[in-house]
Amino acid sequence: MTGTFELVRLALRRDRLMLPVWIVVITGAVAGTASAIAELYPAMEQRVALGVTIGSTPALQGITGPVFDATSVGGLTAWRATNLAAVLAGLMSILLVTRHTRAEEETGRAELIGSCPVGRHAIPAAAVILAAGANLLLALLLTLALSGQGLPMAGALAFGLAVGGVGWLFAGVAVVAAQLAEHARSANGAAVSVLGLAFLLRASGDAAGIEALSWASPLGWAPRVRAFAGERWWVAGLLVLTGLVLVGLAALPARRRDVGSGLLPARRGPADAAPRLASPQALAWRLQRGGLLGWAAGFAVVGAMLGALATSVGDVVDDNPQLAAILERMGGAGALVDTFLAAEIGILGLVAGGFAVQSALRLQAEEVALRAEPVLAGAVSRREWALSHLVMALGGTAAVLTAGGLAAGSAHGARTGEMAEQVIRLLGAAWVQVPAAWVLAGIAMLLFGLLPRYTALAWAALAAFALLGQLGELLQLDDWIRSLSPFAHLPQVPAQDVSAAPLLWLTAVTVALALVGIAAFQRRDLAGN
Amino acid sequence: MPGNPAVLISGLTKTFGHVRALDGLDLTVHTGEIHGFLGPNGAGKTTTLRILLGLLRADSGHAELLGGHPWRDAVELHRRLAYVPGDVVLWPTLSGGETIDLLGRLRGGLDQRRKKALLERFDLDPTKKGHAYSKGNRQKVALVAALSSNVELLLLDEPTAGLDPLMEAVFRECVTEERGNGRTVLLSSHILAEVEALCDRVTIVRDGRAVESGTLAQLRHLTRTSVAAELDRIPELPGVHELMVDGSHVRFEVDADQLGETLRILTESGVRGLTCRPPTLEELFLRHYRSAP
Repeated sequence: MTGTFELVRLALRRDRLMLPVWIVVITGAVAGTASAIAELYPAMEQRVALGVTIGSTPALQGITGPVFDATSVGGLTAWRATNLAAVLAGLMSILLVTRHTRAEEETGRAELIGSCPVGRHAIPAAAVILAAGANLLLALLLTLALSGQGLPMAGALAFGLAVGGVGWLFAGVAVVAAQLAEHARSANGAAVSVLGLAFLLRASGDAAGIEALSWASPLGWAPRVRAFAGERWWVAGLLVLTGLVLVGLAALPARRRDVGSGLLPARRGPADAAPRLASPQALAWRLQRGGLLGWAAGFAVVGAMLGALATSVGDVVDDNPQLAAILERMGGAGALVDTFLAAEIGILGLVAGGFAVQSALRLQAEEVALRAEPVLAGAVSRREWALSHLVMALGGTAAVLTAGGLAAGSAHGARTGEMAEQVIRLLGAAWVQVPAAWVLAGIAMLLFGLLPRYTALAWAALAAFALLGQLGELLQLDDWIRSLSPFAHLPQVPAQDVSAAPLLWLTAVTVALALVGIAAFQRRDLAGN
Repeated sequence: MPGNPAVLISGLTKTFGHVRALDGLDLTVHTGEIHGFLGPNGAGKTTTLRILLGLLRADSGHAELLGGHPWRDAVELHRRLAYVPGDVVLWPTLSGGETIDLLGRLRGGLDQRRKKALLERFDLDPTKKGHAYSKGNRQKVALVAALSSNVELLLLDEPTAGLDPLMEAVFRECVTEERGNGRTVLLSSHILAEVEALCDRVTIVRDGRAVESGTLAQLRHLTRTSVAAELDRIPELPGVHELMVDGSHVRFEVDADQLGETLRILTESGVRGLTCRPPTLEELFLRHYRSAP
């Protein structure tokens, strides 16, 4: 553990901008939600009405989590903001931990530090300490922000602990992933996949009213701390404890692992390359195919789950004639299932945006690791090399959404008995998401060309789009702010009809961003060591 | 030297932020020679090579590579050269053999027979995955890829830093053979023995500037000879440097143009023993690096 303190200081210095931004944005979004609810629903009856009508709509519960107390401002804030804040805290922790563990090793900086008098555990320990500190600060700020608005102290504290606890737990997930995986990207991808799976488990459980499913996901625990609704402190304790156990698990392999190699054993490869491994495109495919396959499989599983659950959303309404009557007036149970599917596939679209960012930023990972150099020292133009990974990002985004749409359509079709029709409808719904997710790849390319040291902003853009989509309406943000998110322009397929115009111009935006990024890359120096 | 030089650089500058990595560097590499590019870490060797490869853009000055422009004509030029970086990073999931084939094909193909022979000579297992290689073996992967390509020019950036002495000897044999095949080699190094053993001409860089350039014989001629003598009596020795007297023994360095006169004085002082040694490259090097520019 020697040297951990110095490493924490170094990491703090390197993160002095990004980390505060994450914490401030999450806190701001939660505080904004609380004040918006207090302003929009000042009277008890209004809040109860909101709680009953919208809060118990399964499709919404799938996205936001269950509502435990609709009578208080705090209860509604917890219902509306817990899940989103927890997902963002988890993403913050994952990016933070992988950045300071595997990414360090990959760029060789870890060897440099490892050669100084620094303990074997110092690097992961420093990352974990940093993540713990960040989540503790986040919990504290959330508590202050909510109690500062006149909400009960106990509820504010419970909310802070629930969100910070999820962040801490995913720091544990990330540090375990970093130990198991070979590179920072796969560590990032593995931990983000766990986060996505946790989200969908909870969403499915909450949408279908299956408590066991919700409890299978740490994201399901966060709302069940029941902030402002009879706090259950032991659930917050469970989050913190699980994080500790994960960190302990990660500490075991660090002792046996050589720097730079994962736990998974090394296999031999062929002595000669296959004839087709002869171009940058073939190399990009080779480097990304494993990750792409994993993402596609994840999307298929999740899509199948959503499709299978969609009809139960309608069933829940059947059990509640009063609610059914309200919803009937809004478009009926059939429309409700479609609204649920459109909302959930919209979230798949956001997650696919995560794939797009990760895949396009492979360029920067290769450059920083000095693996771009031997390729570009060959007879390969910069444009050709940049395009090779962009093609993977764009094609891969379409592929993972296709997998998700096909699986959702098949599963939903199997339940409703109209297989071909549902497959076509939900595949269409998934494909509609593609151009919006592509914009994120475009943003990543632009940053890679123009501001290669700030490519993490592409992740921030994804988080911002998620925030705008989830809270924009509630916070009564101006239309122009909400329209900054490419996802805001998509038709809500299958609840609405497809309109081609936004899909075309979003694709045009992507192309423009990518072209500017590549042009800038062709003019700048390549990173050295 | 016949034909156009393989590398022609004059007045090249490059700054990174406040650091001036190259400060008016001149470098000429004639076609068919092994040229030593000598200097300590941070002198600007790697920066120069990266500019020649079109990975960095020079701020000012002239750089010409195989008759082309390193930045503008990068893709065409790269078909005719191979590069071994000082810090070889491999793709963790590709085997060494796959990496060698890929790198060769990216520059337009490689000679499978030569690849097999080189793998044997360097005692390299091509079936290991990239992450399983040691630093020395990573370097061998890059060397085999470069040496088995049919190219005119080899740019080697401290290629033996991770090799053991046995493999270093193999490397020297290979590079000498490459010259025999008519290839040009620019060998950046801070290992003097290597440069002394291999190179036809040497350029010494310091702080981004070439301080000396020429054949080893020319460089030696420009500098001092070390003399140690045992004398009957100690004479006045005008024009010598680093004089040390210990009883009847003297030790000093003398400039080439003073050597005759100094030997005459020594003879007159009753020489009982005399050793004259031409300067090693190391001494040359240290002389440039000890004193301020």
